[in-house]
Amino acid sequence: MCGIAGLHLRDASLQPQLGSLLQTMLCQAAERGTDAAGVGIYGDASLNPAGRATVCVIESPLSAAEAFAAVEAVLGQPVEGRASGQTSVFTAAVAPEVLEAAVRAALPGAVLTSRGDNLSVLKGTGHPDDLATTFKLAEACGYQGVAHTRMATESAVTSTGSHPYSVGPDQCMVHNGSFSNHATIRRELMAEGIAFDSENDTEVGARFVAKQLADSADVEKALRLLCERFDGFYTLLVATENSFAVVRDAIACKPAVIAETDQWVAMASEYRYLTGLPGVESARIFEPEPEVVYAWER
Amino acid sequence: MGTLTVSQAVDEVTQVDLSNSTVRDLNSALHTEPQGSTAHYRVAKPEGKHSLAVGLDRPVTVEIGGHVGYYAAGMNQHATVEIHGNAGVGVAENMMSGRVHVHGDASQSAGATAHGGLLVVDGNAAARCGISMKGVDIVVGGNVGHMSGFMAQAGRMVVCGDAGDALGDSIYEARIYVQGTVKSLGADCVAKEMRAEHLEELTELLRAAGRDDDPTAFTRYGSARTLYNFHVDNASAY
Repeated sequence: MCGIAGLHLRDASLQPQLGSLLQTMLCQAAERGTDAAGVGIYGDASLNPAGRATVCVIESPLSAAEAFAAVEAVLGQPVEGRASGQTSVFTAAVAPEVLEAAVRAALPGAVLTSRGDNLSVLKGTGHPDDLATTFKLAEACGYQGVAHTRMATESAVTSTGSHPYSVGPDQCMVHNGSFSNHATIRRELMAEGIAFDSENDTEVGARFVAKQLADSADVEKALRLLCERFDGFYTLLVATENSFAVVRDAIACKPAVIAETDQWVAMASEYRYLTGLPGVESARIFEPEPEVVYAWER
Repeated sequence: MGTLTVSQAVDEVTQVDLSNSTVRDLNSALHTEPQGSTAHYRVAKPEGKHSLAVGLDRPVTVEIGGHVGYYAAGMNQHATVEIHGNAGVGVAENMMSGRVHVHGDASQSAGATAHGGLLVVDGNAAARCGISMKGVDIVVGGNVGHMSGFMAQAGRMVVCGDAGDALGDSIYEARIYVQGTVKSLGADCVAKEMRAEHLEELTELLRAAGRDDDPTAFTRYGSARTLYNFHVDNASAY
């Protein structure tokens, strides 16, 4: 059992409240998982300053201050950032892949949780309420966010097993359920040269979707292909720089509810996570059908 | 355990606001009503909370003003529960008697394993509606999702809209009436003749649910009774 939630804002005037709204959703989801939690925030000006790439890592071998100096030394450019609980956030005025290479070189053993221009993924082990505080989630702003609380089933309680999984630029996946053929697909992807950071089944899903997106599929097509290839139970929430999408497996035993107003689209494992959203009492609320991809673009 | 914070009774209706009372206090107040009580409760601000009005065994009436979470009115006996909103997973699961009315949509497994009483859903019910039902009557105003009526043993299910995939899979002796289309039938579920007694019971079920659909527009589905005993020729159907 895990809890997932996401919020895609249509009304820009709500952007300053993204983090506080997402926090109410994450904390309600805590009852579906207290092993670990994480959030993906899109468009927060302090995490993703304009004109700078952002790379987030967990399992850094160095303290935050040492890590910033080490990345700066490799990059030869000023690096800014912050420690957000178990996640370290680095930003620099270079392309995301350049900063990613510098972080990998400076911090051997660190695991990247996100890279891109618009997304930061903060995650770790512990109670979601405590993690929300270390993430400074209530202060975050932005145009969309996803959140996950984990009750570990497929792999151990480790920071690398926490969600969201972001393995492509500005892409992010959270999952409630368990894939049953992930080991086979992992071997196939590895044979194509794709490397993995964790033993987690969801990472296989995220790597699969990232590969489809890299091969020019749109999110809808990537998720349809995932439905064809993956067995098991899943409600997935997938976000990219410009899209927000939900899909469930054919059996659809993992819960999901979608609510939509003129101001926002929200998805959650349970309706009660949405009760803090403005205007939810008049939202169009529905349960997503199995194997139907629901996607919204901004 | 705290005590229920109740504003003054208006016309002998007990008003409970779940923003300042707990679910446990509400349920325990309902459980401690005297035998035979016909008390009337009105519950505000349910906000999707789980397990509201579960395990009732008095002929009380509970009106809930909003969306509820999982297992609302589960195990109900004798009580009338009106939900003025949507219901989460397993509404009225294992109901024994009484009446549960969801004025919005219901999530999966509505009326699961229920033995008796009437469950009415005005909107749609999601997957597995009436799974393993054992005597309950279910009337859904809209559609039902896939695997509805799976292993349904007894009782009646009425679907005024459409049914999803694998309707009535491995059904026993429950009877299913569908007005709209059926995406696919499950193993051993077949369309059956509508005889006079079926029109009569369907008319009565629609009336009980407060609906005016035309009973002659429905098709009855039930068990072909080919899977009751193992037969090697049916191995692929199990």
